[in-house]
Amino acid sequence: MSLTGKTAAELGALLAAGEVSAVEVAQAHLDRIAEVDGRVHAFLHVGAESALEQARSVDARRAAGEELGPLAGVPIAHKDVFTTVDMPTTAGSKILEGYRPPYDATVTTRLREAGLVILGKTNLDEFAMGSSTENSAYGPTCNPWDLGRIPGGSSGGSSAAVASYQAPLSTGTDTGGSIRQPAAVTGIVGMKPTYGGSSRYGLIAFASSLDTPGPFARNVLDAALLHEAFSGHDVMDSTSIHAAVPPVVEAARQGDIAGLRVGVVKEFAGEGYQRGVLARFQEAVDLLESLGAKVVELSCPSFTYALPAYYLIAPSEASSNLARFDGMRYGLRVGDDGTRSAEEVMALTRAAGFGPEVKRRIMLGTYALSSGYYDAYYGSAQKVRTLIARDFEAAFHQVDVLVSPTTPTTAFPIGERADDPMAMYLADLCTIPANLAGNAAISVPCGLADEDGLPVGLQIMAPVLGDDRCYRVGAAVEKALRDRWGGPLLKEAPAL
Amino acid sequence: MSAITRDEVAHLARLSRLALADAELDHYAAQLDQIIVSVARVAEVATEDIPPSSHALPLTNVYRPDQARPSLSPEQALAAAPAVEDDRFRVPRILGEEA
Repeated sequence: MSLTGKTAAELGALLAAGEVSAVEVAQAHLDRIAEVDGRVHAFLHVGAESALEQARSVDARRAAGEELGPLAGVPIAHKDVFTTVDMPTTAGSKILEGYRPPYDATVTTRLREAGLVILGKTNLDEFAMGSSTENSAYGPTCNPWDLGRIPGGSSGGSSAAVASYQAPLSTGTDTGGSIRQPAAVTGIVGMKPTYGGSSRYGLIAFASSLDTPGPFARNVLDAALLHEAFSGHDVMDSTSIHAAVPPVVEAARQGDIAGLRVGVVKEFAGEGYQRGVLARFQEAVDLLESLGAKVVELSCPSFTYALPAYYLIAPSEASSNLARFDGMRYGLRVGDDGTRSAEEVMALTRAAGFGPEVKRRIMLGTYALSSGYYDAYYGSAQKVRTLIARDFEAAFHQVDVLVSPTTPTTAFPIGERADDPMAMYLADLCTIPANLAGNAAISVPCGLADEDGLPVGLQIMAPVLGDDRCYRVGAAVEKALRDRWGGPLLKEAPAL
Repeated sequence: MSAITRDEVAHLARLSRLALADAELDHYAAQLDQIIVSVARVAEVATEDIPPSSHALPLTNVYRPDQARPSLSPEQALAAAPAVEDDRFRVPRILGEEA
């Protein structure tokens, strides 16, 4: 098998054994990017020179006898919402075109410390607002399964890069499903850690009480290895949890779920759900039962209010966070001709620099927070947030994990929902509750929908700091399904 | 019934520092109206007795030691600025003519 076909764990072992160099591994992936990314458009920036430089450094350290981590020399694609001093950081926005940050995000720093080789920065919906990458100012990314379809979003460049073998690993951020939904629709694994389990320092903020960095990979163990590499407490993030990283790698290696109690959330079914998605989901539930899990159906009634609550809370936080893009200290400045006031220049800069979805959300958030509307909108949404946390708490008294489809439908065609914000928002229906309550949740592939032959994801939700349970169940499902399929789901994807 | 008028959207755009054209105001007014009508459903279950949650974690007053640490040099801090003068960010006038 070629180097690009190998898993991160396999590459790590080959590198540690000296059977291959980090430079060879990086070059193989850079060649793959050159071969296919013209069609996929996963990357906004490819740093070939800096990647080879990092790879040479890992090889030199290894040659000098230094003890390196399990992912040293393994390539990674990095979502372009994390700051990087040696590469542009745009958040998919024109307002930050060409921006070079003066410092690295904590996640970036930890990737470097783990010896991961950053190949480049991946495309995303502008400021991570969207479910398709169509909101990127730099054009959409295409789904490797069908180039006419969306790769999910907001972390769609990261999901497409991994699904098309341009990188074995990538980073994402999940505010309402922006890791799990892209993973589901591209047939890979994506994990949203417990909120506060991974650092937000240097992550360009969208909704600070929800934003959570997490990993993408083609298998559960690789995702766990990356999760472990960049997670853990960070003094630079005041909402970072003071707790050890849950034993995610150990859980991914074990994957034993005999006796585990699994709850099926009955609210996540019915109208709006694609037939083939529900069929694959039901098979996954049956599979869990056959592996020794005890499955019960239970109700989380407030989950049906999660979507409207999210589309008040996230825009409200965004309207505040994005006030920093004012054209004064960095980024675009428009209309500064010596006659206009700072306020006029700000308004012209933001009108020119932000795309339509960002403008919609800033205005929606400003509305929800404004005097006279605050109680009815933002205040009510915060109460729904309490109700959702209570639903999770009650559910986790009865079961160890909750499961649902990750998304109501498979990947939709590019353009289909681009002018219909409410239709686009429905893509996050099942993923949002875990963001509002801060829970850990993962998406793993569970098959192809009969009607369109596109990937379906199984979402596994665990309590706060129960991240290891997501990996344990994910690994069990992955192993059983691979035995049934005779390999990973991605082998069914068309060759690019 | 519409939840939000075009004039209200124009006001929101001003508060948000977004210089929108007239055609854009019409477009956003229709979309925001649809979204606001839909998200207003949260009020159905948000009764008096439920405390609001602003955050998923029960964290309060997180401090770090008050110690001097290395920070950006003026050159680094100003490197991405649209305009610089005398080691400072150069910005358009902030006060009105009469001020």
